[in-house]
Amino acid sequence: MLIMNNLVVFPMIIPLLVGVILAFFPNHIYTQRLLTLLSLIATFVVSILLLNLIQTEGIITLEFGDWQAPFGIVFVADSFATLLVLTTSLLSSIIILFAFQTIGKTRETLYFYAFVNFLIAGVNGSFLTGDLFNLFVTFEVMLLASYALITLNGKKVQLRESIKYVAINVVASSFFLIAIAYLYGTIGTLNMAHASERIAEVGQTPLLTVISLVFLLVFSLKSGLLLYQWLPGSYSVPPAAIAALFGALLTKVGIYALYRVFTLIFYHEPQITHTIIAVMAILTIIGGSIGAIAFRDIKQVITYNVVIAVGFILAALAIFTATSITGGIYYLLHDMIVKALLFLLAGTIIYLTKTSRVDAMSGLIRNYPTLGWFFFITVLSLTGIPPLSGFLGKVLVGQGALETSSYILLLVTFLSSMVVLYSLLRVFMGTFWGETIISEEEQIPLKPLTLLPSAILICLTFILGLAPESIAPFVTDASNVLMNPQIYIDAVLEND
Amino acid sequence: METLIIIVAGILVTVAVYLLLSKNVIRVILGTAVLTHAVHLLIMAMGGFKGDSVPIVSQKETSFVDALPQALILTSIVISFAVTAFFLVLAYQTYKYTKTDDLSEMRGVDHE
Repeated sequence: MLIMNNLVVFPMIIPLLVGVILAFFPNHIYTQRLLTLLSLIATFVVSILLLNLIQTEGIITLEFGDWQAPFGIVFVADSFATLLVLTTSLLSSIIILFAFQTIGKTRETLYFYAFVNFLIAGVNGSFLTGDLFNLFVTFEVMLLASYALITLNGKKVQLRESIKYVAINVVASSFFLIAIAYLYGTIGTLNMAHASERIAEVGQTPLLTVISLVFLLVFSLKSGLLLYQWLPGSYSVPPAAIAALFGALLTKVGIYALYRVFTLIFYHEPQITHTIIAVMAILTIIGGSIGAIAFRDIKQVITYNVVIAVGFILAALAIFTATSITGGIYYLLHDMIVKALLFLLAGTIIYLTKTSRVDAMSGLIRNYPTLGWFFFITVLSLTGIPPLSGFLGKVLVGQGALETSSYILLLVTFLSSMVVLYSLLRVFMGTFWGETIISEEEQIPLKPLTLLPSAILICLTFILGLAPESIAPFVTDASNVLMNPQIYIDAVLEND
Repeated sequence: METLIIIVAGILVTVAVYLLLSKNVIRVILGTAVLTHAVHLLIMAMGGFKGDSVPIVSQKETSFVDALPQALILTSIVISFAVTAFFLVLAYQTYKYTKTDDLSEMRGVDHE
């Protein structure tokens, strides 16, 4: 029983310890690669174990130092958090394979692998923690690692964009603390389950609703919901492997926090909070669509596609029925996989053509047919064409929208698929169709090993699309816990 | 006491916003530092200043200061120290490459 509970902290502690160890010998690149890969795979194995344990034992909690909740800090592994931890560790180990090929020796000796480990520790910690202040701390662990990664070995453009990224995140962190202070002053607890119980007792007063809006502001800044203006700049400057980590993981942590806070703690006034989320989601989708269509630069197009997906996933939260939340979780998992894939493929294209301008490329399908087909499958998967993984999530979110008669959300979310298709097909046609301009002699060889990570991700999107029943019980359980906060509260506070 | 601290925090936030809205990178960084300090004061005020003694459990004292906000502030101070240090180094590096500390010149142009 004791060992089982302690499993909960491993997805955070393994990368953290490995990161610390790696910091001592930056020049042994092969040891660094091996240890990083091992740590991520170990995290993956632990999260599979956890996910299966949760199905039999219910939500698993770990009280640090045996301080009983709500007095101590707790880590809570429910299906939602653990599914995200699992996807995170799986994706990061695949992205790290891509980094081996492309990141370059200079960055490798500049503690790249240590920072990746710290980043994963922060991301996993944010998913697993059951305490709002601890969430702030793990957010900061993740953000500091991301500050280091975004500036790593950077020259002019990269440094210039990272100043904006750091500034906006530091201010957002201050707002996070303000929200925490207000919540503590009002209900006297920061444990999420305890806060939820107390708010259910006293009712969500207007004061608490205002506090919930401060939280909404904070997590919107982190996830890029409406306040995404910092995102395209900072996600398009780092090298492909780092951008893939950011695009697949970082905004998702903000989305996770929004899902958790607005289903567990502040769910009593959906006509205020969830309506605001709906409006923000619609504006995000519209803004992201305009950006995705307006730019001719492949990096800008894919970062604006990240923004559109954020809007879509939060539209599912705004609809707030069991069906739409289930759809939202499916889509979230799908989006993490496919965004990583999209960033890796775009990075490969940029590496091969040495430009990110769509106008400057043409006819790549003759030079690199496999890459072309991979990109095409990715486009279809992002649009939500069956049998690929985006389909199920979109259908369920649409069904949820119909159940609650949210026709505007339905219309906007489904039109956004068209925009995604249009913007990426335009990139596809511009880069892969047309006259071949790279001759056989000057063609940069594309090693099969570079394409291997993308191939694994392609397989994953097919598996998730063809056999969703393999993860269906976990997703159903996750949305069940999200829709019934009492299960979570009972597990954490051990009310019998 | 709470009212006084809240007013001080308010003044600090005003200063921080003024600094954050300026165009000089160093001023922006100082603004973020002042903002976190204002927030720390807010956390302290939210915990309240009631209680007569230090939070050590004993038979004699019955009314203790709430220790939790102080633990939160301590953690947050360490984090903000690290972030500010990083931010200052980043600003220096950026200055070395771009030869400017004016944010309006860091807007960036398309296709460079």
